[in-house]
Amino acid sequence: MDLSGLRGGAPVPDDRPQSTPVTSSEAPSPNAGSRRNRDDAADPLHLTGNRLPRWVPWAIAVGSIILGLLVQVTGITVVGVAPGCVAAFAFLQVQTATSWTVEGRRHATDRLATTLIYTTFVLALVPLLWILITVIAKGLSVFSPEFFTSTMRNVNPRAEGGGIAHAFLGTLEQVGIAALIAVPIGVLAAIYLVEFGKGKFAYWISFFVDVMTGIPSIVAGLFIYTALILTGVLEQSGLAAGLALAILMLPVIVRATEEMLRIVPNELREGALALGVPKWKVILRIVIPTAISGIITGVMLAVARVAGETAPLLLVTFLAQDMNPNPVSGSQASLPTFVWDQISRGTPASVDRAWGGALALILFVLVMYAGARIIAKIYAPKAR
Amino acid sequence: MATTSHEPTTNRADPEGIAAAVRRGDRTFLGLSTSAGLMVLVVMAAIAIFLIWKAIPSIQADSANFFTEGQWLPDSDPPVFGISVLLFGTLWTSIIALIIAVPIGYGIALFIAFYAQRRLASTLAFIVDLLAAVPSIIFGLWGLYNFMPYVVPFSQWLSEYLGFIPIFANSQELWTKSILMAGLVLAIMILPTVSAISREVFVQVPRMHVEAALALGATRWEMIRMAVFPFSRPGMISAAMLGLGRALGETIAVALILSAAFEINWAITEPGGNSFAANIALKWGEAGDVGRSALIASGLVLFFITLIVNMSARWVIARRKEFSGAN
Repeated sequence: MDLSGLRGGAPVPDDRPQSTPVTSSEAPSPNAGSRRNRDDAADPLHLTGNRLPRWVPWAIAVGSIILGLLVQVTGITVVGVAPGCVAAFAFLQVQTATSWTVEGRRHATDRLATTLIYTTFVLALVPLLWILITVIAKGLSVFSPEFFTSTMRNVNPRAEGGGIAHAFLGTLEQVGIAALIAVPIGVLAAIYLVEFGKGKFAYWISFFVDVMTGIPSIVAGLFIYTALILTGVLEQSGLAAGLALAILMLPVIVRATEEMLRIVPNELREGALALGVPKWKVILRIVIPTAISGIITGVMLAVARVAGETAPLLLVTFLAQDMNPNPVSGSQASLPTFVWDQISRGTPASVDRAWGGALALILFVLVMYAGARIIAKIYAPKAR
Repeated sequence: MATTSHEPTTNRADPEGIAAAVRRGDRTFLGLSTSAGLMVLVVMAAIAIFLIWKAIPSIQADSANFFTEGQWLPDSDPPVFGISVLLFGTLWTSIIALIIAVPIGYGIALFIAFYAQRRLASTLAFIVDLLAAVPSIIFGLWGLYNFMPYVVPFSQWLSEYLGFIPIFANSQELWTKSILMAGLVLAIMILPTVSAISREVFVQVPRMHVEAALALGATRWEMIRMAVFPFSRPGMISAAMLGLGRALGETIAVALILSAAFEINWAITEPGGNSFAANIALKWGEAGDVGRSALIASGLVLFFITLIVNMSARWVIARRKEFSGAN
């Protein structure tokens, strides 16, 4: 580590022994700004440099907001920037300048970095809340019992009405098929990696599981189309969609299961093996039951992840307006393709339906997420 | 692990039958789980093989150069199509997304790892992960109807005050569905990827390094610069590359918020642009046999690009595991 930069701005204690009483009387709550230096008030040696009192950044923030409001009210534009940006910019400038003069360069940089890092987190929350609130507000206005029980059969795109029953059934079936295929394979592959895998072969499997996580979803759709539909094995159907989703699910499940199996304590395995239990029984009766809550959580998160996939479904099962409970024959609707279809129709009524479908989809995903957390809590292995 | 430790015991103490059953059970289980692992490799290979197989007819039929042509008219006679515009649009939107998302993603990861209260950290991480749970179609819908009205004035501001830089200039006086718009939405979508992976490496920084830096009088930012960044640089690079991988392959959101144009246009505030994935989704329904084969060919290129990006990201992070003295 290069710590040479540390010597720069910090006042060395011997620098100004006589100035100590002056500074501590200047600052009413000395050194309150730093957690680590809380006991410095009583420290006669003055081991730390001058710090800004805790209220100063808040005062600067309030000042900046007032400035922003002034810009808003007076309508003065500073190079065309929105008032909020003016306020934020003013805050950064004033805080850095104040801190620089009082505390020195190093603490000014630290404060600037802290402010920016806090800002990034807020920046991540803004779109999340914005999206959730918009979808809930717009989606709720079309929610009605009819919306859940009817299909889009014979509904004019311009007319209101219609519903998502066919799409919801399709999503359930396709995601169910995907889970039926991907879960056993994924869990077994994870068992291989944790319990048996050694050497090059296991390394490459592990490597390609990671790489597979990054496959674009549309490529999974193209693959199923070329491998199964063009070759005539399947027609465009819910089953094809389920297979495409299974490809996207597989690496997620392997990773989640692998992580859970790795935290099963080795003492459990060794204890059972020492009692003469065969290895396959150890895995089935000891390792998996211990990790089961984590595995279920991982499966539900994977389901939530693929339930919103649109792109592969557009290729392997077309849009459908009607209920089609048979997954092996004929195109089948699903929630994401329903939303896509309604957006592309572009009439006010259909865009409303798109928001309704989006809310149903987000609720489905959130229920899965919440369910995953609850299961993880309830079935977490109890300490014995 | 003590894989075979039970076998001698059973052999000695028990009749042959049980030992044989044990071995049969173990062998079956080993076979099952090995073939499941093999499945991953088989699927990856099959994707490449089938896409290549079905892409060849169109590339042979193509009357233009597949890599340099910008038009996309595979169903005309003779077929004329090429990926240059798609490649340009895919990379350009992803790079913009990366420039925006990477610093913010690192900031979020730093916030959760070093600034937030320890008790809140896992909840905050979960909240950021929720952003990854929002389906991409919803990002598209929201981007189109709610976010775009705010991006348009921003684009106008960029072109008015920074228009002397060619990429911000706007000569069309049209502002919607621009490369910038797509880049911004992609940035939001890859934020959770970048922040989750860089947080993973940040929390692996040895506590001793962190505390030593603080004990020597470093401020928190100096601690991050001197103890955290040097340790986690490979992880941060691979987080950015995995984010890039996600942005490259994003389909539906881009299809909704980028107006499909077949020209190379550097101006990010003007409408127009295209990407591999969005082009496949938009053209699939109307495409004929050669058209679909051409789309498969473009999907193959996308597959290889994301494969290279993801493999190098994993390679960077795997190398770090070997050489770090942390554990």
